[in-house]
Amino acid sequence: MRRLVLERRAETPWALTLASPLLAVGLTLVSAVLVFLAMGRDPLEALFVYFIMPVSDAWGLQEVAVKATPLVLIAVGLALCYRSNNWNIGAEGQFLMGAMAGGWLAVATHGTGAGAWLLPAMLVMGALGGALFALIPALLKTRFGANEILTSLMLVYVAELLLDWLVRGPWRDPQGFNMPQTVVFAPEATIPLLMEGGRLNLGTPIMLLVVVLAALLVARTLKGFEITLVGEAPRAARFAGFDAKRLTWTVFAIAGGLAGLAGVLEAAGTVRMLQPGLSPGYGFTAIIVAFLGRLNPVGCLVAGVFLAITFIGGENAQIMMQMPLDVTRVFQGLLLFYVLGCDTLLLYRVRWVRRAEA
Amino acid sequence: MTLFEAILLTVITASTPLLIAAIGELVVERSGVLNLGVEGMMIMGAAVGIAAAITTGSSAFGVLAAVLAGMAMAALFALLTLGLATNQVAVGLALAIFGLGLSGVVGAPFVGVQREGIGAIAIPYLSDIPFIGPVLFAQDPFVYAAFALVAGVSWFLFRTRAGLVLRACGENHASAHALGHHVLRVRFLAVLFGGACAGLAGAYLSLVYTPFWTSGMTAGRGWIALAIVVFASWLPWRAAVGAYLFGGVTILQLHAQSAGVPLPTQLLAAMPYLITILVLVLVMRLRGGGAGPAALGQPFVPDR
Repeated sequence: MRRLVLERRAETPWALTLASPLLAVGLTLVSAVLVFLAMGRDPLEALFVYFIMPVSDAWGLQEVAVKATPLVLIAVGLALCYRSNNWNIGAEGQFLMGAMAGGWLAVATHGTGAGAWLLPAMLVMGALGGALFALIPALLKTRFGANEILTSLMLVYVAELLLDWLVRGPWRDPQGFNMPQTVVFAPEATIPLLMEGGRLNLGTPIMLLVVVLAALLVARTLKGFEITLVGEAPRAARFAGFDAKRLTWTVFAIAGGLAGLAGVLEAAGTVRMLQPGLSPGYGFTAIIVAFLGRLNPVGCLVAGVFLAITFIGGENAQIMMQMPLDVTRVFQGLLLFYVLGCDTLLLYRVRWVRRAEA
Repeated sequence: MTLFEAILLTVITASTPLLIAAIGELVVERSGVLNLGVEGMMIMGAAVGIAAAITTGSSAFGVLAAVLAGMAMAALFALLTLGLATNQVAVGLALAIFGLGLSGVVGAPFVGVQREGIGAIAIPYLSDIPFIGPVLFAQDPFVYAAFALVAGVSWFLFRTRAGLVLRACGENHASAHALGHHVLRVRFLAVLFGGACAGLAGAYLSLVYTPFWTSGMTAGRGWIALAIVVFASWLPWRAAVGAYLFGGVTILQLHAQSAGVPLPTQLLAAMPYLITILVLVLVMRLRGGGAGPAALGQPFVPDR
């Protein structure tokens, strides 16, 4: 009798840390082919629509960058949380809260011809709104020991309902034919475009800056070391004098702040108003981005671009091949399964062994 | 039937999916595994259940298919967390995302198809008891199944040897392994049971509660079921109390909405989620810390 066993590796080969996410992407593509065949579609055509078409022209590339911006911003913050064993899964709510906090300024100053201070103030409000909202589960965790996974997720529903109430009630555009949306933001409350006639706005360079800063934080600072140590060896971190509770506050505030910033950038840059369908699930997809990026800021950038491609591919496939939009989420879920499964390759050696004689 | 009886009746129907899913997850967590993917398994049960029921014309077949779908999802979870010893929290999240997506694909052809829900079955004699009878014994089969699950799981966990072994795996998997118990096998069976329950709870939603398919129809109930397990301190009877409490809140806010309470409907709709947070905090405060299974969420890799 032979069987598979897992043996813990003494150290992880460097090449494997790169190979395992690539293997996961490869397995997802193979699964995609099987899914397309099962749905009775031509797999080659579908693969082309999903993964190649979005990056085959300048317009598509811009769309990829526009979609990757919120994903990467949120994922970088989540990566810091997950590294330190803080399971914030409510980024979707923090994103919406940021959009509402920043959007409030835009709605309140609408038609007053506010000056150049407005846009920076909106970004700050957005980051603050997201951070404060994320501190609720952090507070409940450190003060009462309430499970942050459940509290942060419940707050997503609360944020969605709050946005729904605002755009149907107090903030509804009076000239909007009763549509559930705010006024279209004035030019001074809109994130400037990078080039005329395109869709890329200042949000993308901001996102790239955040990636660089986060990479430096993780790799070069004591705080970054603390985050990693608290997650990987909490006992050692206690002996080193690191305060796990304060760290919980820090990472939740950073993650919420980045999600909130992503929210206000989306509202004031890409959508230019508040409406119930502001986010196509960025906050949840970013969880996948964080893991696919190996909880590393630069990795999140690469992973975010890949998932942005699947988002646009999914929209294309819906229009061109009448595929349900949910197919994208199936691929995203599968991708996360494969990423996590491949991680076992990093930590363990899989070996066939002869079963010990009884 | 009085208005009060009618309200109690709806509370019980609203609570039943929460209770069934929570009881399943309770067994999973007692064995030391944290499966956060209840929402994904539940919505797959709802989608596959109604798809099978419409295709075959048989509600019973729909229920069976829903249970199997929940178990298939659970097996996927087990493959990764037990077979490959991956992070249970992350795989659970993946299961939730995957389930929400796949259920949308499975359910897409059945959007807008109405069918008759599974009706109530009055238990002879018992349903004639004043007050208790119509509330408890003139319900649909799922309600009875939920009662039976609470009693059965309670008996299994605390009155049988197998239940003791399951709890031992959840408290200290190394000791259970050293005593010669197959920790991974026990956990696998527990995870499958949890999947079956979540699938059954999903079938309840799409075959009884609102007998048609809408994308995302579980609306966070899988997550609330997870909160109920914490609230219940991993005890089946308390899970029943928790589920009926949450069901009560859901029904009360619906009644408040229709009675024209001068509050935004969105605030009322947010009540179940806000109450969940409040209850989690209060429970931790009163109990003063975790009373969960000691090995909850820790992967186990047997050495030879």
